[in-house]
Amino acid sequence: MAINRQIVAGLLIAACLLAVPFAAPYLGGNYVITLATRVVIFAIAASSLDLLIGRGALVSFGHAAYFGLGGYVVGICAFHLANDVTIFGWAGSNEALVVWPLAMLVSGFAALVIGALSLRTSGVYFIMITLAFAQMIYFVFVALKYYGGDDGLAMTSRNLFAGTRITNAQTFYWISLCALALCLLIQWRLVVSRFGMALRGAASNERRMAALGFSVYGYRLVAFVIAGMMAGLAGALWANLNRFVSPDMLGWVRSGEFMVMVIMGGVSSLLGPVIGAAAFLLVETALAGWTEHWQIAFGPFVLLVALFAPRGIWGLLRGRAGP
Amino acid sequence: MNALTLEGVTKSFGALRASDDVTLAIEANCCHAVIGPNGAGKTTLIGQITGEIRPDAGRIRFFDQDITDWTTPRRALAGLGRSFQITQLCADFSALDNVALAVQARQGHSYRFLRAAGSDARLRDPAMAALERVGLGERAQIRVDVLSHGERRQLELAAALATEPRMLVLDEPMAGMGPQESERMIAILHALRGEVTILLVEHDMDAVFALADRISVLVNGAVLMTGDPAAVRADPAVRAAYLGAPAP
Amino acid sequence: MQLLFEQLLNGLQLSLTLFLLAAGLTLVFGIMGVINLAHGSLYMLGAYAGALAASKIGGFWLAVPAALIAAGLIGVAMELLVIRSLYARDHLSQVLATFGLILFFNGVIAWGVGRAPLQMDMPALLSGFLEIAPGLPYPTYRLAVMGVGVVVALGLWYVIARTRLGMLIRAGSDKREMVSALGVDIASLFTLVFGLGALLAGLAGVMVGPIRSVQIGMGEQVLITTFVVIVVGGIGSIRGAFVGALLIGMCDTLGRAFAPMVLKLWLSGPLADGLGAALASIMIYLVMALVLIVRPRGLFPAGG
Repeated sequence: MAINRQIVAGLLIAACLLAVPFAAPYLGGNYVITLATRVVIFAIAASSLDLLIGRGALVSFGHAAYFGLGGYVVGICAFHLANDVTIFGWAGSNEALVVWPLAMLVSGFAALVIGALSLRTSGVYFIMITLAFAQMIYFVFVALKYYGGDDGLAMTSRNLFAGTRITNAQTFYWISLCALALCLLIQWRLVVSRFGMALRGAASNERRMAALGFSVYGYRLVAFVIAGMMAGLAGALWANLNRFVSPDMLGWVRSGEFMVMVIMGGVSSLLGPVIGAAAFLLVETALAGWTEHWQIAFGPFVLLVALFAPRGIWGLLRGRAGP
Repeated sequence: MNALTLEGVTKSFGALRASDDVTLAIEANCCHAVIGPNGAGKTTLIGQITGEIRPDAGRIRFFDQDITDWTTPRRALAGLGRSFQITQLCADFSALDNVALAVQARQGHSYRFLRAAGSDARLRDPAMAALERVGLGERAQIRVDVLSHGERRQLELAAALATEPRMLVLDEPMAGMGPQESERMIAILHALRGEVTILLVEHDMDAVFALADRISVLVNGAVLMTGDPAAVRADPAVRAAYLGAPAP
Repeated sequence: MQLLFEQLLNGLQLSLTLFLLAAGLTLVFGIMGVINLAHGSLYMLGAYAGALAASKIGGFWLAVPAALIAAGLIGVAMELLVIRSLYARDHLSQVLATFGLILFFNGVIAWGVGRAPLQMDMPALLSGFLEIAPGLPYPTYRLAVMGVGVVVALGLWYVIARTRLGMLIRAGSDKREMVSALGVDIASLFTLVFGLGALLAGLAGVMVGPIRSVQIGMGEQVLITTFVVIVVGGIGSIRGAFVGALLIGMCDTLGRAFAPMVLKLWLSGPLADGLGAALASIMIYLVMALVLIVRPRGLFPAGG
């Protein structure tokens, strides 16, 4: 029963996402495609966060750091190329197949260092420390006037993808959608693998896991790095979508928003974060179109989700019946 | 050969001396019971043996290795399996998955990312075997939070067995069980005797005298005496410590 | 030398302000087990209430009671309406719910007052300089802020160490049964403690008003610094909050003042400025990381 609903929901979501470019001309053209692209990119970031929050019970409140770092890698590489200034003797690059993996590596490395320190703590300490480290990176970029500081860094054009320009909104949407599909595929396999069992077991009962012989720190750190890399990819896509990066990408509000997406959609579910990202952006867009002071309505909405629907939209869809 | 040796193990919490110079030797492949009134320091002792509590003084040896400074996971991998007094299981996992985790731990690291663990026969088969052994074969797919209390205690034992331990530390395996469930547990443990070293901490005296080859009596953190069941039964000091406890 | 002395005083003033915030946050977490992200909002609301009272009705001396009343009332309402439902919930729900509160309060201020920062005047009595040592004038207002901070810290110590309320607070959340056995209504105790924390946050907000501008987002910035303070000090411990506030307040102030200078000894030009500014703003996080490497539960872990 539950399995059937999951499959139906998955097919429905996939159909909606696939239909966007075909339906867009009738719905408002590029605006809709751009909105859908934002949903897709946030879905990547949110699902990577769910690997930590949902599967690992690791409430990271600094996930925007990896998202923003990924974006800045793209922005900085383009900046050096455009201004003809080398960085560590390298001319910079505008090729997606070079800078996107680089963005993932840099974000993954940051996650490795931050995770190694943060995972020594647990509970509320972990929440606050991940937040504090993200703020640290935020302030570094605010202070780096060379890369625009507070004002951010604009890119003259999107990256080339294997040498081809991707100015077309549809093309970029397809690329982002492929990235999301890949991330979800990896997560789907990951969750049921031995690694996923160890990670979820540690979330469920750490004492039991220690008694069986698991040193949970290592598994958690690897999950942290994987999530950081996926968030870095999302950030690289985000930089390309907007042709702009700024410290706001790494700010704590963005981290909070990712968390809202995960919980609104439903923790510990493959598709929950995707639904959450879509719901978040649609509600936000609708409220923002209605009033400039949309936060007055959005804040209580978030509050109500936290109080009355802690299992999220996915939890409501799935109903109360069992796992 | 001794499976586990405690030499002068001491642990205090503030003014309370929970373990007072405990020296114990547990022979390999023997079932050794530790009994004592509430507050005698049994839980603290188990915590130190399994590595959850660090002793203030003294050494702990497991077969030929000094494990005093080892972490809990390292002790578990060396063959020290345990069950908990209050059931510690992954409640949102199925019974089979709980045991499969134990098999996974036994087989070394779990840094395998893409292959589904659920369909991996190298995990499932030993896990099923362990479940069958404690009589839970038919309950394999049931989620732990749906299992009965007695079944969870059996599952704890299955998980511990699946790590293929050289020694089992059982913290009140009969706690909260009805007479029938207790009997079944005693039968299961009886079948394990001689195959694996068992350290049994238990309140149920019927179970202790049915299973134990040797018994140590712990009172106020210190070992009052160690001997075979008959000697312990006859000891006046033990009877005094167990005022009101069923004596033969 | 004079600069160093002045910066030390500035650091002390920041420390005491941080302590006012950290005390409330750490008590609420220590006793009720709730992470309250909206603590910074109470600080912001206190500052706004003060600034509005000062400009619309008149004078700084009205601003202080206005801020205290506003923050206290909003705090109590927040506890009754929202926080109360969060006691039994996991940290994730708490973070999410109080994140929603921040968005709400920021939205309300933007709608009701506007996005432009407000300026708040110092009272004439405190607007001058006081020569605290020969040839060393220091703003009277900042001295007054420090004075209030010290008085509140002592008062808090007295309440916690010497009174029945303090005894109940020290008993903490893990002894709820004991506290209720004493015939104390836990729900009222929690409301009282939360209101007290809100009051302190509002006080900190209104005192900082004349030094920095009053604006949306001021609460979140200070909230994160306050988190660093209580993480360093050990969550739930008032003593930890005090030591943490001193450490973080000093590091931040001295770092901002001297990090660029110190870097210029080795590096030159704009690079030193850039790195110095970056180093100054991340100093407190480096301190936090160092403390946690040595002591993962902070300097004074509460409850063992």
